[in-house]
Amino acid sequence: MTSAVSSAHSERRGLVHGALMAGAFAVAIMMPGSAGAQLGSYNPPPGPQGTFAIRGGNVITGTGTDIPGGTVVISGGKITAVGTSVSIPAGAQIIDAKGLNVYPGMMDAGTSMGLSEIPEGVPQTVDVSEVGSFNPNVKAFYGIDPHSAHIGTTRVVGVTTVVSRPSGGIISGQAALINLAGDTPPAMAINSAVALAISLPRSGFAGRGFRGLAQQGGSTADANRQRDVRLDSLKQLLREAEAYGKALDAYAKDNTLPRPTHDVVLASLLPAIHGEMPVMFTADRANDIRDAVSFAEEMHLKPIIVGGEDAAQVAPFLKQHDVPVVVTAVLKLPSREDDPYDINYSLPAKLQQAGVRYAIASGAEPGEERDLPYVAGMASAFGLSKADALRAITLSPAQIFGVGDRLGTIEVGKMANVVVTTGDLLEPRTDTRYLFIDGRAVPLDTKHSDLYRMFKDRP
Amino acid sequence: MPRTGHHVHPMIIRHTSFAENVMIRLLWAGAAAAVLAAPAAAQQAKPASAGTPSVPPMLIRNATVYTVTKGTLPNTDLLIENGKIARIGPHLTAPAGATIIDATGKSVTPGIVDPHSHSMVDAVNEGTLSVTSMTRMQDMLNPTDINIYRELAGGVTTINIFHGSANVIGGQSVLVKLKWGRPASEMVIPDQPKSIKFALGENVTQKNEQEMEQGAGRTFRYPSTRMGQEEVVRDAFTRALDYKATWDDYNARVKKGEKNLVAPRRDLELEPLVEVLEGKRYIHSHSYRSDEMLMLMNVAKEFGVTVRTLQHGLEGYKIASEIARNGTGVSTFADSWSYKIEAYDAIPYNVAIMMRHGVLTTINSDDDGRARRLNVDAEKLMRYGGLTENEALSTITYNGAAQLGLGSRVGSLEVGKDGDVAIWSGDPLSVYTTCETTIIDGEIFFDKQRDLAMRDQMAKERAALEAEDRAQNRDARGAVTPNGDHK
Repeated sequence: MTSAVSSAHSERRGLVHGALMAGAFAVAIMMPGSAGAQLGSYNPPPGPQGTFAIRGGNVITGTGTDIPGGTVVISGGKITAVGTSVSIPAGAQIIDAKGLNVYPGMMDAGTSMGLSEIPEGVPQTVDVSEVGSFNPNVKAFYGIDPHSAHIGTTRVVGVTTVVSRPSGGIISGQAALINLAGDTPPAMAINSAVALAISLPRSGFAGRGFRGLAQQGGSTADANRQRDVRLDSLKQLLREAEAYGKALDAYAKDNTLPRPTHDVVLASLLPAIHGEMPVMFTADRANDIRDAVSFAEEMHLKPIIVGGEDAAQVAPFLKQHDVPVVVTAVLKLPSREDDPYDINYSLPAKLQQAGVRYAIASGAEPGEERDLPYVAGMASAFGLSKADALRAITLSPAQIFGVGDRLGTIEVGKMANVVVTTGDLLEPRTDTRYLFIDGRAVPLDTKHSDLYRMFKDRP
Repeated sequence: MPRTGHHVHPMIIRHTSFAENVMIRLLWAGAAAAVLAAPAAAQQAKPASAGTPSVPPMLIRNATVYTVTKGTLPNTDLLIENGKIARIGPHLTAPAGATIIDATGKSVTPGIVDPHSHSMVDAVNEGTLSVTSMTRMQDMLNPTDINIYRELAGGVTTINIFHGSANVIGGQSVLVKLKWGRPASEMVIPDQPKSIKFALGENVTQKNEQEMEQGAGRTFRYPSTRMGQEEVVRDAFTRALDYKATWDDYNARVKKGEKNLVAPRRDLELEPLVEVLEGKRYIHSHSYRSDEMLMLMNVAKEFGVTVRTLQHGLEGYKIASEIARNGTGVSTFADSWSYKIEAYDAIPYNVAIMMRHGVLTTINSDDDGRARRLNVDAEKLMRYGGLTENEALSTITYNGAAQLGLGSRVGSLEVGKDGDVAIWSGDPLSVYTTCETTIIDGEIFFDKQRDLAMRDQMAKERAALEAEDRAQNRDARGAVTPNGDHK
């Protein structure tokens, strides 16, 4: 085993040169017949969409109703029956869930899953930010590595679905809503273009303090002027896209008109401009949140705030404008010295109380999205009810991203993303026993459990 | 002398008397050779006295007491007198004047020990040289760092403040109790074991910076490979041995009564390394890959030194037997990984594998944010590898104390130990639990209810100050319009 291990080791170094799967593949070849059936495969593929009956568990449906001793039937990728007296279809695979809890899969709406493997020092594994300020036609969907080891280690805690979004620049690109199972991006995608990601040019010094001020020419007025120039460029681009859309429509009705020249950048903005695709605005400070909402209204965009650290300060404003927030700040240190120590832990509770629509995201570094349930748990320790905490990482994000009718609860007709656990989903000590994504049984082996098996008994 | 580059940081002037500062400066001047043999405490700003007799006794009643070393006791009282744990048992009698805390339905644990912190420091790395053993974290402690309070609110009482990982041999560490509101000199643990930070791997080789420097036509700091890292350690230890021999020879000749001898020149870089070689200063070494951990343990062994702990040690699980046999501890993360290539094989089962192989293992924060929720990190260990609750709790309490050489003083609830206690709303290793009160040497330094009460008071004070400010502005600058704009 030792020589195999060191070979795997040297293969791993190959990652630096970008050969991610080459490395993983080599490991698989060199480790035939080792302990785990899936050894070497970071994310063993899920099985087929079979018929399963998860029987006798405590079903926490996520709708507010718990069903002790309940059964959940899955077939053809969907949940087909839920209850205490449901008939189990002939030929169904029975999963005994006595003494276990059955939950809807969780959703992390604030990740860069599959786009960033090793953020420090290995830029070849980081495809998060494209060059330039305006990249509305760049899609996370085309950068997601379905074999990222993060996918396996995240899903085994019960996070079945994520929003993976690009960042950087002003219009960063389009986020994808994906399930954390499948060998290819199309197999994973629930919506390959679920939202546009925008970071508005910031007032002041681009978050770089006085150094930023110096870089921007040394005066507040200069800094604001430069911000306004960039903001105007953004508005102009959006208006051009609007005009482009109108020209296309007019040409469609009357093709004696001049045919508009095709433009992939402008075309990619049309769903957002037509209100069919929401726009994720990254904003943490109260004024940035207000600016984003006002900007969205002016440009007729449908905003989702991502970050939201100061959202409680502007809660009535957010409620009035019915703008949802994806909170990524729960585990962040408070930004100001005189903030209460628990200001971010208690942020979800404050939004809940104020009636603002929100979801909790892990806000974690790539690879650490598996903290999502514990982030919600912390929010619960600081004021959120357990049911609200669960909803904030299941149904609420699904609703915010337009898939509340398909995901987020255990209800008949919904996509069968189901996790069966030994205890409370939000407790770190709880383990996962069974996992279903899109109605497929997902093996619980990961890169981590593989290495555990390889080394746990090494003398 | 830029090589040693000592100066008293302005920050410390706020927290030590003038006389102490003069003393420190004199010591740094290096005039007295006798100081070489003096304990570190003598060089430090005035330490807190061990007990604090002026503090009234404290009786915590009817809690579930997690002693860590002697079981978990339901419905138990804990008495702290003179800053030390005096009694643990049912139905204790409160001494006269005792502060009584009813902890019915709550848990009491030892205060959390964070073996790897960079809180309170105004700089982390002196990264210009490959050996900076002359630098001391103690020289720039900021007792007003708000993160002290935030960490207290997570039940943390003791932290080990490290130099960074920019060089193979970094600076001297300092052990601190989070006595928020007190001067730094009262936070520094008296008579503490000495230690020094070493570092291996990426943070030392700094490939990205190297590329930039070379692109700009400059040479880069040695070493830039793991090969060079081994050489730096060996070279430094060899130089320290020579230096020690020079002093040993001199001292022997003085002892023999030889006159007119010239004392060797003091070397502040090699002094702490001599202490390492003499077993008087621990090595805590930042390391990720199993091969570099093994290298350091073996090179140190050649010089008769046992590495005290491997910090991070993310691949410790690959050589758990070797680490255990060497008598070295590991302080790692609960489940952080993949943030850089040398962390790509890190697994959350690391602690479980090492513990089962007999390695003294802890988890740490290395981060002001994470330090606030080490109990939640510890709970993760119950999932990955199936630690018992007490084993998981020991990774953030007793095991850390033992690694840092404070095992007889903090980290568990036993009679005679320091009265460092965290009171929790429920099971300490539950995500739903919050820390309610944090006590150090028998004094309350965080209390959730007091904090909440203080918020109203602070909000009022702030409003009053702002009102006053507005009024003054009106006086100074004329009328104020209703929306606050000055005309």
